[in-house]
Amino acid sequence: MTPPAESAPLTFFEQRFGMGERSLGVVLSSTLERRADHADLFFEYSTEDSVVLEEGIVKSGDCHRVQGVGVRVQAGERQGYAHTNEISLESLRVAAGTARAISEHPGAPGAVTVRGTGRPASDLYPVARPATEVPAQLKVELLEAIDAHARRLDPRVRQVMASLVCQHRVVLVAASDGTLVGDVRPLVRLNVQVIAADASGRRREVGYQGMGGRYSLDRLLSPAHWQPVVAEAVRIATLNLDAVPCPAGTMDVVLGPGWPGILLHEAVGHGLEGDFNRKQTSAFSGRVGQRVAAPGVTVIDDGTIAERRGSLNVDDEGTPTRRTVLIENGILCCYLQDRLNARLMGVEPTGNGRRESYAHLPMPRMTNTFMLAGPDDPGEILRSVSKGLYAASFSGGQVDITNGKFVFSASEAYRIENGRLGAPVKGATLIGNGPDVLTRVSRIGNDLALDRGVGTCGKDGQSVPVGVGLPTLRVDSLTVGGTER
Amino acid sequence: MSDLVVKIEQALVAARAAGAVAADAVLVESSGVETRVRGEEIDFVTQAHERTLGIRAFAAGGKGLRSAITSTSDLARESIERMAREAVALARTTAEDPTAGLPEGGFGAEHPNLGLFDPADREASVEAHIESARRAERAARAVDPRITNSEGSEASSRFSRVAYGNSAGFLGEYEAASHQLAAMPIASENGTMQVDSWWTVGRTRARLLSPEDVGRRAAERALRRLGARRVATCEVPVIFDPVTASSLLRQIVGCVSGYAVYRESSFLAGRLGERIASELVTLVDDGRLPGGLGSRPFDGEGLPTRRNVVLERGRLASWLLDSYSGRKLGLASTGSAARSAGSAPGVSSTNLWLEPGATTPEEIVGSTERGFLVTSLIGQGFSPVTGDFSRGAAGMWIEGGRPVHAVEEVTIAGNLGAMLEAVDAVGSDLLWLGSVAAPTLRVASMMVAGD
Repeated sequence: MTPPAESAPLTFFEQRFGMGERSLGVVLSSTLERRADHADLFFEYSTEDSVVLEEGIVKSGDCHRVQGVGVRVQAGERQGYAHTNEISLESLRVAAGTARAISEHPGAPGAVTVRGTGRPASDLYPVARPATEVPAQLKVELLEAIDAHARRLDPRVRQVMASLVCQHRVVLVAASDGTLVGDVRPLVRLNVQVIAADASGRRREVGYQGMGGRYSLDRLLSPAHWQPVVAEAVRIATLNLDAVPCPAGTMDVVLGPGWPGILLHEAVGHGLEGDFNRKQTSAFSGRVGQRVAAPGVTVIDDGTIAERRGSLNVDDEGTPTRRTVLIENGILCCYLQDRLNARLMGVEPTGNGRRESYAHLPMPRMTNTFMLAGPDDPGEILRSVSKGLYAASFSGGQVDITNGKFVFSASEAYRIENGRLGAPVKGATLIGNGPDVLTRVSRIGNDLALDRGVGTCGKDGQSVPVGVGLPTLRVDSLTVGGTER
Repeated sequence: MSDLVVKIEQALVAARAAGAVAADAVLVESSGVETRVRGEEIDFVTQAHERTLGIRAFAAGGKGLRSAITSTSDLARESIERMAREAVALARTTAEDPTAGLPEGGFGAEHPNLGLFDPADREASVEAHIESARRAERAARAVDPRITNSEGSEASSRFSRVAYGNSAGFLGEYEAASHQLAAMPIASENGTMQVDSWWTVGRTRARLLSPEDVGRRAAERALRRLGARRVATCEVPVIFDPVTASSLLRQIVGCVSGYAVYRESSFLAGRLGERIASELVTLVDDGRLPGGLGSRPFDGEGLPTRRNVVLERGRLASWLLDSYSGRKLGLASTGSAARSAGSAPGVSSTNLWLEPGATTPEEIVGSTERGFLVTSLIGQGFSPVTGDFSRGAAGMWIEGGRPVHAVEEVTIAGNLGAMLEAVDAVGSDLLWLGSVAAPTLRVASMMVAGD
């Protein structure tokens, strides 16, 4: 049973598992039998289904129900955590005993009272019918239509792999400070991968595109929305059939708008997460108030944009999300915080305490991270580069927080010659130093775009959905990894 | 009969009752503890108990079977029956697939004891894990005053029970464990910091390295990165240490998986039997190594695991296949099906290694006039479809056969096919740090991009 979209999470967990305000209070009180700064319970009930197409047919479908609860106790820098997928008062009592063992000192157990409507103040992503309640037949038909459309667009298309993933997640946070808030989180995602081959059949290239967000599945079912996604995947795969090897060396790079915002995510965003900075292990540690980017560069993390994949009404600790200015006009303003690191650093939580599921501890994580638009015309930016690389899209990236080095891989890139796009290149990798790269920004476009809703961020083995965004950007002297001189 | 097997039988009966013509079910139960210590202070202690049941149902069709999978952590009988009904209903919406189905037979009756856990390890206390991590932290910081901080040291243990059964008559279960200790110290000098790590992992705690060894080795690796700088863009021999070489092996695994081959999403598709690598390259996958981190008595479809030679002195000798991808390619399963509770079978390696050579790593470095020893790779710059490889790298620069300075913020690029053909040295230092293992290896020439 998928809980109805309009039902409050508190009601859901109370009716299904008997977890009402009184039970929650009893368990939280028991976590405080040892001295603690904070304790919380995180309940989750998720339904996820997916259908996958390959070789022209949907060969299989799947549907998963995940339920569980995590009990956390914080004492100083320490966190004790116990989780189980049995949601009952008895299993919670056991878990609470395990979690509070982290504290070595007797506490002052008093009655904890949690109160609230169990709902966030407002809803960024109301959905009338959960995507997991939409008949599977419609999902199968969508993928079949995508396959046919891709093959119709270009005869060089050899393989189409498409998938549709629908998630409906109900969470509830109850904490020792009385917090009681829940959230109903829809998430849909369409992925299309196309393999194209040249006439000989020997050269094969791949193109990906996807879209998604916290909105109704009806949107993805509409051709006006999915057809451009398919066309992009086909365009990139066939474009790459003509791509030449990428040049290697240091050159000026222009990043296209939208998804290349992964540069911000990798190069800067991770290094600004509160845990690394509290522990002084980030290349950005101790640099608040200093210049870390060129004048004109303003970087925002915003979890409050309606329907975005990276958005949340409240984070996984019950803190309302917000819009946080990380870098303003080149100056570092603050870090992204969860409750633990905010308390230890003596600042406010920023609503960035996120976790993959009830089976994971929260950490400071990004939501939707982007750079504000600047004054420059994108065409003018391109014309300003005599020899370099234009990166239109990326397949992924990674950063070493401690030394600041980052790398990311272009899935669509071109040489720039005399201010014009030249041949497409394949296998381009950009590498640089996080605290340094934004100081090399010399032009900022007026065309800020957010990505299509496909980002997933990994940290410490936990994956969470995120968003990125960027205007067209010129970065001087970036190292490009390729195979040609 | 164990409690797990009872649930598997309930699931199979329920699937049949709901109208499935064939079905299988997998149940994974796990419990574990994970701790992290920074300096002397505990960072976190996490304890978990989880179980998940996955049911795959096949429904009849005119041209083949239709299939679907459901999973749940609620193991009450009513819940299992509901998930079985849902699996059958979902299967009826999918397409008929002439290739779909359970293996035709060949299930193992005997399950060898592979030494995958030691019951005594269940007695290890949380405090014992914390103490191991503290010892690793202390050892790392004792190496050098420039080890000033850390991302922490982590000690963890995980115990699991896996049961699998299908309507073709197979029913089996096994127990396994995995224990790990890792240290991540930070070295700093002149305002710059470098983190590196070392770790030990085993099926039993007795097989782990001492915390002191782990901490010291991690510290040495972090210290070695201090003073790193870029190098000028050039083409040179590139040496991969056992850690980064095993990362290359994982990329090869993705290209010899039967699914990538029949989908033509591997650059190796169509090349079975051909010489695709240097004669120095022999790659073996063996699911029955005693105590192996990838060992299991039967695979995700109940077929016995076995030894498969993937690359034999450079010749592509075998794909890694489950029964589905095998049928697609007209070949038998190689016992390589991997299966989690929530997914259809796929292909994975078990214990996979590159056969070591006779040369020591010191001899390989010593015989390199000018080159790059890679000890760290970042980024995902690899395409299985084309074999194109371009990743961020860090390590040591080699001049006159000796490491002269640390290198960072460069990329190495080439094509995996060309890199395999250009392997001109394989070390004797095969090192198991997971289920995929490699010795040091050298690629005769790659493009290094820097200044």
